[in-house]
Amino acid sequence: MLSALFFYLFAGICVASAFMVIAVKNPVHAVLFLILAFFNAAGLFVLLGAEFLAMILVVVYVGAVLVLFLFVVMMLDVDFAVLKAGFRKYLPVGATGSVRLLVELIFIVGAWVTAPQAAAQAPSPPASEMSNTAALGQILYTKYVYLFEAAGLILLVAMIGAIVLTLQHKQCVRRQSVTRQVQRTREMAVEVVEVETGRGLS
Amino acid sequence: MTVGLSHYLTVAAILFTLGIFGIFLNRKNVIVILMSVELMLLAVNLNLVAFSSFHGDLVGQVFALIVLNVAAAEAAIGLAIVVVTFRNRGTIDVAEIDLLKG
Repeated sequence: MLSALFFYLFAGICVASAFMVIAVKNPVHAVLFLILAFFNAAGLFVLLGAEFLAMILVVVYVGAVLVLFLFVVMMLDVDFAVLKAGFRKYLPVGATGSVRLLVELIFIVGAWVTAPQAAAQAPSPPASEMSNTAALGQILYTKYVYLFEAAGLILLVAMIGAIVLTLQHKQCVRRQSVTRQVQRTREMAVEVVEVETGRGLS
Repeated sequence: MTVGLSHYLTVAAILFTLGIFGIFLNRKNVIVILMSVELMLLAVNLNLVAFSSFHGDLVGQVFALIVLNVAAAEAAIGLAIVVVTFRNRGTIDVAEIDLLKG
């Protein structure tokens, strides 16, 4: 009973804040509503018994990715009112299309029947025996270790890509060039000049 | 009133539809489009975790982890592209980014 109550609480806030994400004018508010939606989705994950993913969602997703969104929204000096201009124009066609899609999806999930022997095919260890994190680690680091390493590779490529895209060398800033420093010899640096008395350098 | 699999799937379906609706509504603003994509990926994750939990199979959660990973990478690259576009063109209006004449 209590879990049903919490399900409706989390699901209601999640859907409402997801709607606010696409409806509000100010993009900073949109990001904050997206954070609220992700928190409530993490609550749904906890209800489903996926505690590790819920914590990853809060720590990594809300803590890193959405804060990155917030930084970018705050640092771009954009007039967001102009970008909101086509809002009313696209409302009818968007609403028709997505309501139709929603009805179709709900028809599909409403008629969902799970085969009775499906649950016995690949049983995960019960929660009394092993925590969700330990069970996840036991299959992630053994059977799916290549998938895990591929995930790390994807993150590495994303990191390098983001750095390469946004890094810019300003011409007016003098930088240290280690190769030029090391290649410098005595002949390049010092010039011995014989100065005649009374005449100076011309 | 027990909460079953189809309840979670319905929530995920609504979230996914809201993501698509957001792309329709905010056709000009890249940042809101990226946020809508994040919403859709969240809906997919909710589906995966719900199936994983109700079928007793942990592989769904492994897959949800990978989806989260790819979503994070996509957000980082997408925001980097947005920043570079803004720096070069001075706008993030999708309709004005037409150098390729697509």
